[in-house]
Amino acid sequence: MAKVVAVTGNEAVAVALRQVNPDVCAAYPITPQSDMMQRFSGFISDGRVKTELILVESEHSAMSSCVGASAAGGRVITATSSQGLALMWEILYIASGTRLPIVMPVVNRALSAPLNIHGDHSDAMGARDTGWIQLWSENAQEAYDNAIQAFRIAEHMDIRLPIMVCMDGFIISHSIERIEYLEDEEVKNFVGEFRQLNPLLDIEHPVSYGPLILTDYYMEYRKAQDEVESKVAKVVLEVAQDFEKLSGRKYDLFETYRLDDAEIGLVILNSAAGTSKDVVDEFRSRGIKAGLLKPRLYRPFPYKETGEALKHLKALCVLDRADAFGGSFGPVYLDIATSLYPYKEKPALINKIYGLGGRDYMPEHAEFVLDELVDIAQTGTVKSYKEYIGVRE
Amino acid sequence: MKLKGWKEVNPGAVITEAGNAVEIKTGSWRSSKPIWKEENCIQCLFCWIYCPDMSVKVKDGKREEFDYDYCKGCGICAVECPGKKGNKAIIMVEEGN
Ligand code: SF4
Ligand code: SF4
Repeated sequence: MAKVVAVTGNEAVAVALRQVNPDVCAAYPITPQSDMMQRFSGFISDGRVKTELILVESEHSAMSSCVGASAAGGRVITATSSQGLALMWEILYIASGTRLPIVMPVVNRALSAPLNIHGDHSDAMGARDTGWIQLWSENAQEAYDNAIQAFRIAEHMDIRLPIMVCMDGFIISHSIERIEYLEDEEVKNFVGEFRQLNPLLDIEHPVSYGPLILTDYYMEYRKAQDEVESKVAKVVLEVAQDFEKLSGRKYDLFETYRLDDAEIGLVILNSAAGTSKDVVDEFRSRGIKAGLLKPRLYRPFPYKETGEALKHLKALCVLDRADAFGGSFGPVYLDIATSLYPYKEKPALINKIYGLGGRDYMPEHAEFVLDELVDIAQTGTVKSYKEYIGVRE
Repeated sequence: MKLKGWKEVNPGAVITEAGNAVEIKTGSWRSSKPIWKEENCIQCLFCWIYCPDMSVKVKDGKREEFDYDYCKGCGICAVECPGKKGNKAIIMVEEGN
């Protein structure tokens, strides 16, 4: 029987981690993740989990400890935000290249400078090409559900890749919402026993991790990793089906909202998708065929499926809560543009940068964007391909 | 040795056969070569301990001639060798001389 509670996103994910009861956690506190790991370390102190907590002096050490513990043969977690994720950088690649299924909630926060602690996707977007799987979550329920599914996806024997579970800092991590918890036993059975692959601590079968791979083999390892990435979407869907049987909650590679017969559409990640869906409803009630797509599996990005879902639109706006500096477009825009490129008939595609550093994303922002899309769909002319919204002149 | 294709490599480049460094002969890297002068050798086996590869051969507790297939010419053994009365039992000479 599901238990209905009113909790913050951080608490919900901490509870998911408690229910999984991992072997090792190495974490360093950073706003807005701190309160999640504080709650989890409380579960350790109270003896509610058997997890060994490694208190480290930095996120670089946190991720390094996770790599060691995972290679040793444990089920391993950590969590971070913003600068903490940036400091893990070097080791993120080592975790994925070594195929270690570490699970890491990322409570999305802006990057310095200027220093800012609020919700923004710059942190995880910067890590989008590190070889980690990324699941993104609109609200506390999705963050909880994704955190549980993440173990099954990362630890699948065809995959064995580390995974990030992203949710918006403060907006979700610190706001109280109604969510449904699964029973501890249900989660335990769902994730199952951790299966090791080449554990360092198996002294009967000695192995070496981290060898030097030179010009004669490096490309073969990279190609093998690329191939694994191509298998992730299938596993994500299988795990989602099992999870639906257990929870009644349905997940896909992405969520589509009133999209099938839509003429104009929005693509938007995480919490702002909720606000946008309300505004889509409002446009629908006025007879305007608006729809929305919210990515869930963002890495590896399901280009084919996303392109198929969006190609029929006349005009489409990708809203990015991060910019990709370099005179370019926001990161999600670049992926959506790539997913639509193969089609001869495709929507006019624009990009808005919103909500940086926790700037509120309000219904009027979605209205502004949808009005512009109505105009583009009618006239066929795009005035500006990329624009910051909600910013003072 | 036939090189493996990408479908055959181990996940995460983990080495699962213990001691497979024996397959990799590092001798071809060498630009200088250690020469053992047995008359100055006190059999302390420092060279055996310090050698990063497996080129110092030991039999019945006594060192034998170098196995140059695995000697990359790093010179560590020559530096560590105490020798006898200040006379080194290992000296490095340039290859090709
Ligand atoms: S030169 Fe280096 S590799 Fe060669 S025997 Fe001496 S220590 Fe070993
Ligand atoms: S270190 Fe020098 S003295 Fe000692 S065993 Fe080796 S060659 Fe002989």
